Amino acid sequence: MDFSTLVQILDSTMRLATPLLLACLAGLYSERSGIFDIGLEGKMLMAAMCTGAVAALTGSVWLGMLAGIGGSILFALVHGLASITFRGNQLISGVALNFVASGVTVLIAQALFRQGGRTPPLSGDARFNPIELPFAAQLADIPIIGPLYSDVLSGHGALVYVALLAVPVTWWVLFRTRFGLRLRAVGENPASVDTAGVSVIRLRYTAVIITGILCGLAGAYLAAGLQTGFGKEMTAGRGYIALAALIFAKWRPWHALMATFLFGFFQALALRPDVIRGTLGFDVPVPALDALPYVLTVIVLAGFVGRAIPPRAGGEPYVKER
Amino acid sequence: MTRLPRWADLVLVPLISLLLAGVISALVILAIGQSPWEALRTMVVGALGSPYAWGYTLYYATSFMFTGLAVTVAFHASLFNIGGEGQATLGGLGVALVCLSFPWPHWTLALPAAMVGAALFGAAWAAIPAWLQARRGSHIVITTIMFNYIAAALIIYLLVSVLKPAGQMDPATARFPEGAHLPQLNEIPLVNLIFDKQVPANVTLFIALIACWLVWVLLWRTRLGYEIRAFGRSEPAALYAGISPFRVTMLAMLISGALAGLMSINNVMGESERLLQNSTEGAGFIGIAVALMGRNHPFGVFLAALLFGFLFQGGAELGLWTTIPIELRTVVQGLVILFTGALDYMVRMMLVPFFRARKLEAA
Repeated sequence: MDFSTLVQILDSTMRLATPLLLACLAGLYSERSGIFDIGLEGKMLMAAMCTGAVAALTGSVWLGMLAGIGGSILFALVHGLASITFRGNQLISGVALNFVASGVTVLIAQALFRQGGRTPPLSGDARFNPIELPFAAQLADIPIIGPLYSDVLSGHGALVYVALLAVPVTWWVLFRTRFGLRLRAVGENPASVDTAGVSVIRLRYTAVIITGILCGLAGAYLAAGLQTGFGKEMTAGRGYIALAALIFAKWRPWHALMATFLFGFFQALALRPDVIRGTLGFDVPVPALDALPYVLTVIVLAGFVGRAIPPRAGGEPYVKER
Repeated sequence: MTRLPRWADLVLVPLISLLLAGVISALVILAIGQSPWEALRTMVVGALGSPYAWGYTLYYATSFMFTGLAVTVAFHASLFNIGGEGQATLGGLGVALVCLSFPWPHWTLALPAAMVGAALFGAAWAAIPAWLQARRGSHIVITTIMFNYIAAALIIYLLVSVLKPAGQMDPATARFPEGAHLPQLNEIPLVNLIFDKQVPANVTLFIALIACWLVWVLLWRTRLGYEIRAFGRSEPAALYAGISPFRVTMLAMLISGALAGLMSINNVMGESERLLQNSTEGAGFIGIAVALMGRNHPFGVFLAALLFGFLFQGGAELGLWTTIPIELRTVVQGLVILFTGALDYMVRMMLVPFFRARKLEAA
């Protein structure tokens, strides 16, 4: 593999890792607050459809993105209602919402556009246009660093940079603010938070809504950044890969960045079987590359690469003492 | 909170959940500018209106009985097996290998062998997540989801690169030998008086019914079933009673995986007669809805499987005859899971005042 091929693959890694990273951070807020969320997939799908539809109707990607966030928050609130207010089974709620999203997105897209459940192709201002980082053109000629900066880092849609920024922000919120301390506490021991006079219910709803916003961004990027519109089941398991990355990262923001970029790198490689053949000297079947993130997750879950211990109160509805 | 009478818990709660799911689906249909009444009529005619329609409804119901039972057995051990899809996919591989490996003279010989293949492969696919749960504490929900994806990738690889006969374009195995053909309902004497046209429902239906009964016997009439239920209710109590968590987790998941795998007798051997990509059509996931709706009881699973058979076949008819997309059935499926599995507390709360009022009157 020569350097220019590597640059190409890293460039598509950036794009493919972004929805994973956003969804992974989304899951991080929810699970840190003690609400398991396997409905990341459904929220992303809903957001992708809303973004695709509204961006196509208005011609503005930003309105589309807002609609996407709205659609995602709606699903997040249903999940919150089921798992916080009605103390239902969080896993079942997540599974259920994934199915609802999978069907309802096609139904709405078909009713609006009659194009077989797709939204019309987006172009121009209805998509996230590439942003050139400062000095990208001038630095391009410096060996190694130049291409890495101007071809890999620069020239992506706005949400790629939002996702990258979300990592330090999440770290700061989680470990340097009062809200973050309480959020982590409510995921470990909600009774202690309750005793301290802080509302468990409000904290968990806040976390679930943040999850909705971040999944909304992930879905918006899928429909208007990575691709040109919404298509049936376009998330293709990304919500579950993000969940896998979250476990791989052991619920920590910087590790989430690394895990999602690793999984994004595999996805980028899967698109280039020719490169793998050239590098390894033999054919690796594409399905094997597709399955790699899932196999890795199982290995991580098995505890062979250090134990992944989820937040202690995760999945348990909190019942106030009376 | 006042406890509901047992009959309300078993009958009323699922029915009201179903009603809520139905109402919301009707609103969705209205919102996309269609008539819910017309949709219901199309579904009933297309899924229940003729023996031919019943042939399809029963075919789907057969698959859902197996996957519903699979989820049920795991649920009783308080294990949430979302991996039915992957286990059924692998079961299909087992069926295909058995059917293709030998020129079967008659289906009565091929069927038991294929059942063993299906159950073994399904159980094997459940064994790894089960072992990881029992020994390493990895969460079974996540590992079974991962195994669904790994199964899909594995089957694509095998179909494209290994099992596809030379010269064939589509990724599928060769056709099974003639002797492995299972009689369909229109080919069985007496039954064919009702089913005069060719239908996909086949003898597997009767095996599914036997499986329902056997799972009931297992759960409520055997020592292992008692251990599974005791472990599911309270792990510390089970441990104190000398029940091995490792043994129960493994056995419950192996039985669950085997049941999910057995589904492929119906679709792979009974219908398509070769292994195709995505042969399960999501039946593994529908098993979750069936088990929840059926209140984790084999008889409930039987009824819920019929209901979902109706939804599945009716939904296909909607896609065929109306402009409502076939995806409506995924929405209904999701809503049923949501109301019966995650919002059942809400449904109960809606019912409690009613029963409390009656109690006061009686007093």
